[in-house]
Amino acid sequence: MKFNDLLKESLSSLKANKLRTGLTMLGIIIGVASVISMISLGEGSKISIQRSIESLGSNNLIVFPGIVQPGRGFIASGRGGAEVLKIKDVEELRKIENIIAISPEIQRRFQIVSEVGNNINSTVLGISSDFFIVRNIQIANGEKISEDNVKSFSRVAVLGSNITKDLFGDINPLGKKIRINNLSFRVIGVMQPKGSTGFVSYDDFILVPYSVMQKQLAGTEYFNSIAVKVDSKENIEKVRGEIEERLVKLHNVSEPDFSIFSQEDILSTLTSVINTFTIFLSFIAGISLVVGGIGIMNMMLTSVTERTREIGLRKAIGAKRNDILKQILLESIFITLIGGLVGIILGSTITFVVGKIANINILISIKAILISVFISTLIGMIFGYYPAKKASNLDPIEALKYE
Amino acid sequence: MIELKNITKVYKTGEVETTALKNINLKIERSEFVAIMGPSGSGKSTLMHIIGLLDRPTSGEYFLEGINVNRLSDNELANLRNKKIGFVFQAFYLLPRKNVLENVILPTIYSGLDQELREKKAKKALKDSAFPENFIYHYPNQLSGGMMQRVAIARALVNDPEIILADEPTGNLDTKTGEVIMHTLQKLNLEKGITIVLITHEEYIAQHAEKIIKIRDGEIIAEEKVKNRKILYYNNEI
Repeated sequence: MKFNDLLKESLSSLKANKLRTGLTMLGIIIGVASVISMISLGEGSKISIQRSIESLGSNNLIVFPGIVQPGRGFIASGRGGAEVLKIKDVEELRKIENIIAISPEIQRRFQIVSEVGNNINSTVLGISSDFFIVRNIQIANGEKISEDNVKSFSRVAVLGSNITKDLFGDINPLGKKIRINNLSFRVIGVMQPKGSTGFVSYDDFILVPYSVMQKQLAGTEYFNSIAVKVDSKENIEKVRGEIEERLVKLHNVSEPDFSIFSQEDILSTLTSVINTFTIFLSFIAGISLVVGGIGIMNMMLTSVTERTREIGLRKAIGAKRNDILKQILLESIFITLIGGLVGIILGSTITFVVGKIANINILISIKAILISVFISTLIGMIFGYYPAKKASNLDPIEALKYE
Repeated sequence: MIELKNITKVYKTGEVETTALKNINLKIERSEFVAIMGPSGSGKSTLMHIIGLLDRPTSGEYFLEGINVNRLSDNELANLRNKKIGFVFQAFYLLPRKNVLENVILPTIYSGLDQELREKKAKKALKDSAFPENFIYHYPNQLSGGMMQRVAIARALVNDPEIILADEPTGNLDTKTGEVIMHTLQKLNLEKGITIVLITHEEYIAQHAEKIIKIRDGEIIAEEKVKNRKILYYNNEI
């Protein structure tokens, strides 16, 4: 039997029952569409996390006070739970030759009032001039906080882009006064908007010299973290070891009372969380594909039973077992293939629309498309095989007598 | 042409064994018109299934054109059914989704004939079975019983078979239409030399054949020439 005859016979029996074919196909369409959207959203968020982590600056190591237990993850650790990092530590780290910039950071939330009367509560970050290098922050307007500002306890502030809007609206904030915790600061710069970087957005921050922050605002001599920039990727592990060695010695402890994270640590933690989530969601979506497959088997069994006499006749007039097997199998593969293609279009559209509305990154990957086409065709073959086998094994005499 | 030697067929249903055919010896020559007659349960249908290669005997040998078909595989049997045998059934067995022409074309799909040739042969077969030409795109449910049986005969003819096996072809038709169908079969037998094996339980229908083989309880009880054969074939008819 020629292939295009097979195709014609298969199509004509599918067409004979359009509603049933359509409903069965719907099961596959929904399954494939959900698998596609889950994988696409997962891949998309992985990429956006990657981008935002990288936009924080590359080759960075961040020292946090306290110990983060392995397995608990970076996010679970309470920042600033312990107080061990002081200016002494910064001086010590300056001795490491592969470190090109050191940014000690201390953050608190304060009530902030602008000259024009707007009043908000936001995060104030005490920094050194290296902050801009390490964290890869650009100034849109005005100037950065300098080392002189730190040394001379200048009450100056650099505003995040969102904060600027909240405090001043459309007024140019440069040279204007704001009050942080009732202390007056002069605005000297506005940061370039950066967008969310996963878990922090500097657009919502106010930067002040750390000296002012420590002495006049927070009343502490400790830092929440020290971020350092290493000269090259290859030296990161070496520098990590050196930091640990030096700080353990400086703190005069046997075990480190601080934790060091690299960008890769953070990235891999987040990526693995997203991966787990994506797999979980795809698995649930995959269940609907299997249910769709059972729908196909159900439909094909009904259709084979209904066509018992037809199959008997076909065999009597010369159809071989294989001709019947192929025809029935092709019918179910056809349903899954068309269902799969429609599902891909539907899934991509849904993903695209959701991505646009919710403003999340999406990535409709060829991988996801190939996987779902492959899986749906496989399902067609697996769930179509039993009915097809059953049909091909029918005894023509019995089949012709079937009422 | 057809030669059965000691054919026995035993059916097993659980523990119970039923012997449908006992030591059948039978010879049908090329271009013969033979009627196999017997009451229901006599084994005539089983005999037809074996002759038609739809079933295999439990023991004995079956030679079709000198070939021992016992040794052939299922696929080879399907091939022989497709090329050498045409079936005409009591219930017609036309596919309701296909029109007349498509129904007739069906066997040629399994013999891998070219598209053009198929249609040509199908139209020829419909003409040979005296099916009215302007109905060939109608669907079976739009036809009368007699017309449906003509479509079935055309379907049996389309691959130029050597044998037509007709299993109670007039069973679902009224007497007059039945006679017209018998007429068509006689014409095919006389004009084209196609061997015809007719299965029936009606004496009247059997008398259209040249020879009647009577079967009862799985055994041939008589084999006789028809003395006053009903010949409905006239030269001036189509």
